[in-house]
Amino acid sequence: MAVNRGNPGVWYSLDWMTILIYMALLALGWMSVCGASYDFSQGGDIFSFSSRSGMQIVWIGTSLLLGAIVLLFDERVFDSLSYIIYIILLGLLAATPFLAPDIKGSHSWIKIGSFSFQSAEFAKFATALAVAKFMSTYGYSINRWRDFIITVLLVLVPMGLIIAQREMGSALVYLAFFLMFYREGMPGSVLFAGVSAVVYFVVGVRYSDEPLWETPASVGAFSVLLLILIFTAGMVRVYCKEKKTVWRLLGYGGGTTLLALLLSKFVLPFDITWVQLAVLLGAILYLLYLWLGGRVKRYAYIASFAALSMVFFYSTDFLLSRMEPHQQVRIQVLLGLKDDPRGTGYNVNQAKIAIGSGGLGGKGFLNGTQTKLKYVPEQDTDFIFCTVGEEEGFIGSAGVLLLFLMLILRLIHVAERQPYTFGRVYGYSVMSIFLFHVFINVGMVLGLTPVIGIPLPFFSYGGSSLWGFTLLLFIFLRIDAGRNRLKR
Amino acid sequence: MVNYDLEKRRFVIGGVAAAIILIYIVRLFTLQIMSDDYKKNADSNAFLKKIQFPARGAISDRRGKLLVYNQPAYDIMVVMSEQWGVDTLDLCASLGITEEFYKKRMAEIKDPLRNPGYSRHTQQLFMSQLSAEEFSTFQEKLFRFPGFYIQKRSIRQYNYPYAAHILGDVGEVSPTDIEKDDYYQGGDYIGKLGVERYYEKQLRGEKGVEILLRDVHGRIKGNYQEGRFDRDPIPGKNLTLTIDLELQALGERLMEGKLGSIVAIEPATGEILCMVSAPTYDPRIMVGRQRGKNHLRLSRDPMKPLLNRAIMGRYPPGSTFKTSQALTFLQEGIITPSTAFPCSHGFNYGRLHVGCHGHASPTPLIPAIGTSCNGYFCWGLHYMFSNRKKYKTTQEAMNVWKDYMVSMGFGYKLGVDLPGEVRGFIPNADYYDEHYRGAWKGLTVISISIGQGEVDLTPLQIANLGATIANRGYYLTPHIVKEIQDEPLDTTFTRKHYTRVDRRNYEVVVQGMRRAVEQGTCRSANNAWYAVCGKTGTAQNRGHDHSAFLGFAPMENPQIAIAVYVENGGWGADYGVPLGALMMEQYIRGKLSPESEKKAEMFQNKRISYGSQSR
Repeated sequence: MAVNRGNPGVWYSLDWMTILIYMALLALGWMSVCGASYDFSQGGDIFSFSSRSGMQIVWIGTSLLLGAIVLLFDERVFDSLSYIIYIILLGLLAATPFLAPDIKGSHSWIKIGSFSFQSAEFAKFATALAVAKFMSTYGYSINRWRDFIITVLLVLVPMGLIIAQREMGSALVYLAFFLMFYREGMPGSVLFAGVSAVVYFVVGVRYSDEPLWETPASVGAFSVLLLILIFTAGMVRVYCKEKKTVWRLLGYGGGTTLLALLLSKFVLPFDITWVQLAVLLGAILYLLYLWLGGRVKRYAYIASFAALSMVFFYSTDFLLSRMEPHQQVRIQVLLGLKDDPRGTGYNVNQAKIAIGSGGLGGKGFLNGTQTKLKYVPEQDTDFIFCTVGEEEGFIGSAGVLLLFLMLILRLIHVAERQPYTFGRVYGYSVMSIFLFHVFINVGMVLGLTPVIGIPLPFFSYGGSSLWGFTLLLFIFLRIDAGRNRLKR
Repeated sequence: MVNYDLEKRRFVIGGVAAAIILIYIVRLFTLQIMSDDYKKNADSNAFLKKIQFPARGAISDRRGKLLVYNQPAYDIMVVMSEQWGVDTLDLCASLGITEEFYKKRMAEIKDPLRNPGYSRHTQQLFMSQLSAEEFSTFQEKLFRFPGFYIQKRSIRQYNYPYAAHILGDVGEVSPTDIEKDDYYQGGDYIGKLGVERYYEKQLRGEKGVEILLRDVHGRIKGNYQEGRFDRDPIPGKNLTLTIDLELQALGERLMEGKLGSIVAIEPATGEILCMVSAPTYDPRIMVGRQRGKNHLRLSRDPMKPLLNRAIMGRYPPGSTFKTSQALTFLQEGIITPSTAFPCSHGFNYGRLHVGCHGHASPTPLIPAIGTSCNGYFCWGLHYMFSNRKKYKTTQEAMNVWKDYMVSMGFGYKLGVDLPGEVRGFIPNADYYDEHYRGAWKGLTVISISIGQGEVDLTPLQIANLGATIANRGYYLTPHIVKEIQDEPLDTTFTRKHYTRVDRRNYEVVVQGMRRAVEQGTCRSANNAWYAVCGKTGTAQNRGHDHSAFLGFAPMENPQIAIAVYVENGGWGADYGVPLGALMMEQYIRGKLSPESEKKAEMFQNKRISYGSQSR
């Protein structure tokens, strides 16, 4: 039987390093759930199944079992069943909004008896498998338009279905696949342009109302225009290797902006974004001049990047400003920029207080007050990192972040050693998903990224997410354990 | 088909991951290590500090009679951030207050000038000292008023209507009190006058605190760390006063309808046996919510009942001062006990005349004290100040004289353990140099020798002079507290202060004071039970003379020294002597004889008319 043949080898070729990190994260995650759900007034047993910490033990136990079961399969099963799994999960995702009851406006939890689960958590590994399968077909090239579009569609379909469940955060996770595309040969400029667009939009919208250093300009517009200049110069540096041009752009452009800023602050207040616009137009003209003068086409691309950046920023700005205020708020809520029942920044502020109050060594296990007294929202799911910060302090929380970095670097290493494209693509997908979760979740708690409600892998309370992450990881470990089959 | 160029991209991806984690760790560092504001924020979020008030110390008299104790009362507290949706009309009706009062109080609580420790999240005093009945009706409805709490407190109760000036009272802390001592918070009580104020630290005890955990909805989630950081309140210490309540009560009876003071001291210890200041008031009116109203009424009274005349009143001592002059002249060798001076209805020197009443002339010292001869002491001061063999200048003589006065406890605060004592006034050479531009001599200031002129003493200082003579040369700082529970008394109250005069000279003055009782101005104080020594005083002033008496008894092993001062009472013998005699009888015999009781009743009913002038 296919299931049993490779088994003796699995034990030896399994990547124990990853398993060790996984176990460590599970243990720390359980401690955090204990800390976040402990109730001072009831005290109580952290192992009791009536408490969340007790239930989390059940989820951890079943996850370990699930992981072990995955390891029992032949790795080729995942290759051959990937499209079927993908289609089943798509069906489930499509059916979910009709089956799931309304929980705070979201239709993502399917209830079976007293047990409920979130289908979106399981769609990640299915999508990763399908994408890996498609990208490993013979003759596939990501730089061929047809192939690339199909690949992107494989990602966008589940993403769209999850948006239909009104789970914006979970849907955004699928953007992580673009990092894997980059590894697989998608031009870096596409990734860069995409990231730039997101940054322009988020920064522009989020800080549009904050005045810059008491001048008429807003922090949002100022930052975005400055970023465009810096990105443009960076592209010249990377693609044209012309240091002189880089320094000219940054020196003259930055210098003029700074001068205008000082003038606006101390002499005559005026909106310095006009100066920045002029600077950018000058830079574009300069790049066009270089293109025509030296017949270097790349300058033309970079010039059009800068021009499109400006057009993108001003068109989103224009569209937003033409909307009704309540529509603007809705977009900001959708983006997670506004999630404040008690006023601007209340949740993030309480999260910062929780983490900041931890100090160097933390308040100790079960001694955090911010999280347990519910000053922090969603303290055992999306904001679980607050508990780590408050109870374990700088040492503990930096340690957890380093552990995540170790996991990600290890996954890159393991993905790179795959003999087949299928394994490598799947591995990079797993890595990208973890990185995205850590980036957004921890960044949100630290007040650096928008508030997007996605769980922190292995830390946030809940069976669905823990099972989902475990499946994602252990399928990759099983595929990796079969890497030596080629030599046999 | 391995693309080595693409393989390099893993370093870009790994680098991005590492950069993200690095930025986050730097952010963690700034949040957790660089600033402890977040810690304070978290604490003020989570910790509800519940103050537990200690019982204030009780006060009793020297014989153990309980004078002041505590009674429960209830304060209404409000937490501004929690009081939403309160039906104001219902609340006002339940508390029996008007809506205007409610609005006024709310505005006062939020005013940072009136209430410096204000916080939206902590309990603020809304209304103080509800009685038990008011409290019980309110408590039934309390659940309807979120954000309102009841704080159990204790208020002072007084067993007797006496000794108001000594005991003082307790009231809400003022903003300046809070600024001076951060022990206090708005709504706390503090001693305002008398012993309550002077011994505030001992009486108040130490507030306790219970640290409770409060969740985001304001619900209490138990004690922080199982109460490891809680502190129990430490009760205030009980005080025993040196006062004899019955003596004090008699003194207050005798002074009814008069202005003035009676102070009695136990000479051997400096303990103040009674300290009467008239007019006085019933301390029981200064309790609870009517305190403010009554305090205002008393402070507007032209007779100034709030003034403790015993330590705040400055009076010319009159002839009682002659004892101190005799001591000074004897010690300086200006006179001997047998030195006699002429007195023909007073002191005559050139155009200067100081009147005296008719008596034998010339007269030596002891009869001069006995008859209170003005001439004798004027001559004494004249001879002292013009003695150029002993003192180079009048100024030097003046300052020697002043040093004697200061050594007897005049001119400076004695240091009694009550707030507000004044120092009186004893002039020195500089004072007269400035006053008379240097052109003065002994004759210019001759009236100071008979306790007139610039000399001012408090009744306590006069009584202390009596104690010094009774002790033949020393005094102990007069004090009002005999014992503090579990705490030794201040050593300043057990140290003897010797004057500059020898004991043998005191014996001469004692004889003179005995002579005054036996055959002089204080004859009515003489009795068959014990030997009284005394000296009258009749102090001239703008209006009718003040009547004063200084005395002690018994002559050997004195138990009590006393000063009586009745404003505008006339001759020393009119009020001073009889009142002093009654007081001494009460203290030494423990009761009054029937005849004395009749006399006391007569004096109690005597009224002196003061008109309506302010004093």
